[in-house]
Amino acid sequence: MVLQTEPVAADTAVHSLPPVHRRRQLKLSDLAGIAFLLPVIAFLGLFLVIPIIRGIVLSMQDWTLISFVTGEARFVGLQNFIDIVSDPDFFPISWQSLVFTVVSLVFQYAIGMGLAVFFSRRFPLSVVLRSLILLPWLLPVIVTATVWRWMFNQDYGVVNSALFGGADIGWLSNTDLSLWAVIIANIWLGIPFNMVLLYGGLQSIPESLYEAAALDGANGWRSFWSITFPLLRPVSAVTLLLGLIYTLKAFDIIWVMTRGGPVNSSHTLSTWSYQLSFEGDRALGMGAAVSQILVVITLVFGLIYLWALRREEAR
Amino acid sequence: MKRSSVRSARDVVIGVVLCALMLFPLYWMVNVSLTRPQDLLRTRPNLFPTNPTLDGYIASLGSQLPSILTSIVIGLGTALLALAISLPAAYAMSKLRAKGSGLVIFLLVLAQLIPGIVLVMALFTLYSQLGLINTYLGLILANATAAVPLAVVVLRAYMGQIPEELIEAARIDGASQVRVFFSIVIPLSRNAIVTAALFSFLFAWGDFLNARSLTSGNEILPFTLALFRFIGAETTNWNAVMASAVLASIPAMLLLILAQRYISAGLTAGAVKD
Repeated sequence: MVLQTEPVAADTAVHSLPPVHRRRQLKLSDLAGIAFLLPVIAFLGLFLVIPIIRGIVLSMQDWTLISFVTGEARFVGLQNFIDIVSDPDFFPISWQSLVFTVVSLVFQYAIGMGLAVFFSRRFPLSVVLRSLILLPWLLPVIVTATVWRWMFNQDYGVVNSALFGGADIGWLSNTDLSLWAVIIANIWLGIPFNMVLLYGGLQSIPESLYEAAALDGANGWRSFWSITFPLLRPVSAVTLLLGLIYTLKAFDIIWVMTRGGPVNSSHTLSTWSYQLSFEGDRALGMGAAVSQILVVITLVFGLIYLWALRREEAR
Repeated sequence: MKRSSVRSARDVVIGVVLCALMLFPLYWMVNVSLTRPQDLLRTRPNLFPTNPTLDGYIASLGSQLPSILTSIVIGLGTALLALAISLPAAYAMSKLRAKGSGLVIFLLVLAQLIPGIVLVMALFTLYSQLGLINTYLGLILANATAAVPLAVVVLRAYMGQIPEELIEAARIDGASQVRVFFSIVIPLSRNAIVTAALFSFLFAWGDFLNARSLTSGNEILPFTLALFRFIGAETTNWNAVMASAVLASIPAMLLLILAQRYISAGLTAGAVKD
């Protein structure tokens, strides 16, 4: 939680500095500080800020296969955005993005919460088991995607044989199911993250509240809904917002499992953007336009997130 | 609170079952990696490797060893670059209260929010002009963008705990800021440096998007990209594919063992995997 809380803390610190300090001239020690910050500012300037600006420019250019050779592309203003929105694939893929994001978030959060509550109990092995559950989060996503791809295999996959009695279900080849297959894998991927954040939140709820509730005869379920859930609200908000931002940019898991197919049925804005830019006609400008839509959505929720943090800090 | 041993035993059982359910896909990866190809092609797959074979690993190592080495080089390069950038930044932000820290925090948050796909498209066009496509340097620089925010957070939190008196004492003895940084702060931050380096390595090791977009996959073939191609090519030889997946998981497992107590801190510090 360090980084998430710090923007606000640092910001308020600057505002609350006494005027004397603000008027103070640059001293030698200030110069030292700035010198130590120079590498990170230079690096992020070159590899973050410039690419962000370049991305905006790209979204307004018409990139053709020739552009890749010459490096030059015609400026077309908002034409790419108009083309994207009027593309017959735009609304289905946006809808799939929404389903992917919302369903992933709800289940990651609910299962993560269940695990966090359970592993807050003190019992032998709890620390070891809790650490082991983190493993899916640390693995390269391509590993996760590879494993789930084989588990969902129509003929030889363990999902069909163990859970569906050997039924012949084409999880990755059926247009009605492919999105659900990648959602299931993505939920699995996100559970540890939700568990860790919520577990951290649970540690700050005083034990005495539960003891008092138990004395009043509240059972576990009742204390969860009356104590845990309400008190975890701020942590929940942070978890869901960060989860949302990460889910929006999910790419590897879908690309490796289905490449957005069959027939676009498991594309999200993220994978569609990549496909437009780097596959087929390599319409980089169109892909960049889709990615800018993604940026706008991310920034809106990023701002909500910062606003929520600020409000939390103010309490 | 009264806890009977019965209840405790019940919790252990439930905990083990939950953990087993969560980790089943990983068990399955290991199981498949040890299964003979002919045993894989049946509608009812074996739940255990009844006739275990290491052929998958031999096949995987035989064809993928160069890619593993490529990824190790990129991972080490990313870790070194991320440390070189993050160590002075973390020191300036935690101990020097440098002007400009607010700007850096803003940039770091931005780096975590912006989808990798946005950056990679722009990097592709910039790299094409600069001749950085298909280079180690290009991939290391691209991966460092993801690694630096986490490294700064981990290092900064740790350096914040170094007692001010130590630094002041050295300053009074006439040590320069640079001297203090190299002789006091860096040696004392060893644990955090190891953690930040491991995470940075892991980011680069697991990177697929940059590898796929910024290389043509001929001169330089990172392990993730090699695995991706392997899936496409070896549709009948899944034990070798899974053996590769197991090999690709080793750094993550090492991290879990070596830096266990820093992982929760690192992850919740805003680790971004995309």
